[in-house]
Amino acid sequence: MNINATLIGQSISFLVFVWFCMKFVWPPITAALSERKDKIAQGLEAAERGMQSQAEAESLVQAQLGEAKQHASEIINQAQKRANEIVEEAKTTANVEGERIKTAAHAEVDREVNKAKEQLRGQVSVLAIAGAEAVLHKEVNAETHRGVLDELAAQL
Amino acid sequence: MAGDVLTASGYIKHHLQNLTYGQKANGEWGFAHSSQEATEMGFWAIHVDTMIWSFVVGTLFLFFFIRAANKATAGIPSGLLNFVEMIVEFVDDNVKSTFHGKTPIVAPLALTVFVWVLGMNLMDLVPVDWIPHLAAMAGIEYMKVVPTTDVNATMGMSLTVFILVLFYSVKVKGPGGFAAELTMQPFSAKFPMNIVLLPINFFLETVGMVAKPVSLGLRLFGNLYAGEMIFILIALMYTGGIALGTFGGALQLVWAIFHILVVVLQAFIFMVLTIVYLNMAHEHH
Repeated sequence: MNINATLIGQSISFLVFVWFCMKFVWPPITAALSERKDKIAQGLEAAERGMQSQAEAESLVQAQLGEAKQHASEIINQAQKRANEIVEEAKTTANVEGERIKTAAHAEVDREVNKAKEQLRGQVSVLAIAGAEAVLHKEVNAETHRGVLDELAAQL
Repeated sequence: MAGDVLTASGYIKHHLQNLTYGQKANGEWGFAHSSQEATEMGFWAIHVDTMIWSFVVGTLFLFFFIRAANKATAGIPSGLLNFVEMIVEFVDDNVKSTFHGKTPIVAPLALTVFVWVLGMNLMDLVPVDWIPHLAAMAGIEYMKVVPTTDVNATMGMSLTVFILVLFYSVKVKGPGGFAAELTMQPFSAKFPMNIVLLPINFFLETVGMVAKPVSLGLRLFGNLYAGEMIFILIALMYTGGIALGTFGGALQLVWAIFHILVVVLQAFIFMVLTIVYLNMAHEHH
């Protein structure tokens, strides 16, 4: 229970320990701690940034997807319209062509009819003359009545 | 000495005697062989056991903490580093919440105080006879293994803190500011009256200032001394037969478990008060 020089000795060792602690223990550990704190903060920030950019990319993708869909439907619409147009055009063309063919056929038929009529005309006059010749053979001279016969034939 | 050990009071006295080195009454230097001889050595004697054990504990503290400091990285901390960081952060939190100055010594000082005092206090949990018995076998008469049960050790620390408080008071407030703090409060008045109040203020402030380190040192000493005393009394029961000895064993276990609380709490209180006193030295009133 005596107060003695141990007091001074203990003070000195206390100061020495404090000095060692201040020199070799405290700075490296607190430096490491604050460095780790920074690192963690950076990591969290990076994660936050990553998440944000992911969200951004997702919305971009959505926007592009929507655009593409719209584009595609536009193309489909156009194609349908074009197809309809082509069909309409083809119909019109076909109608016109059919009309043309019909007209041509009609003209041909008319021409054939006329031709047949001409032929018939010629033949009828011959037949009529032949008949008339047969009837009039005895009493009528063909030479004398030629004018009447020609007139008759022209009336056909 | 053999006669001392046989009686209960002799046993207790023997356990409470430090290994003292100093100048004996006949002028020779050497170890004291009785507590009377140790007292006669006066101030210029030294408690070798206190010095050695406090030094051993302090060196262990620095050994582990410097090892951890060398391994300290910003990466994932390993076992020892993790433990050391936990203590460092605990101390740092306490310092940051209490101390508002910028002096860089305060945090390492608080760490040293906490771990060193805790280590010295924990020596109390070593059964009281183990180390003294080993020392006796080696021919060393007295061996007190808990430095904080020596009032010199605790007062040595608290006086060092007191000197730091005085140093930073003068450094931060200036000699004039520090003198004004000692003389212009708690009672302040206008010019003629403050001269009258000056000695009263100075007396009150000085008492308050001196009471801080004294209470700081004696609180730690008293708590640990009392705890040690109870361990010694419990150890006495081992001489009282099997029944009493068994009871003593159970008591020692209970007291040791309870004492863990005291040990940690006293180290914590010493650290917190050190920070508080140093903070007061840095604050203007």
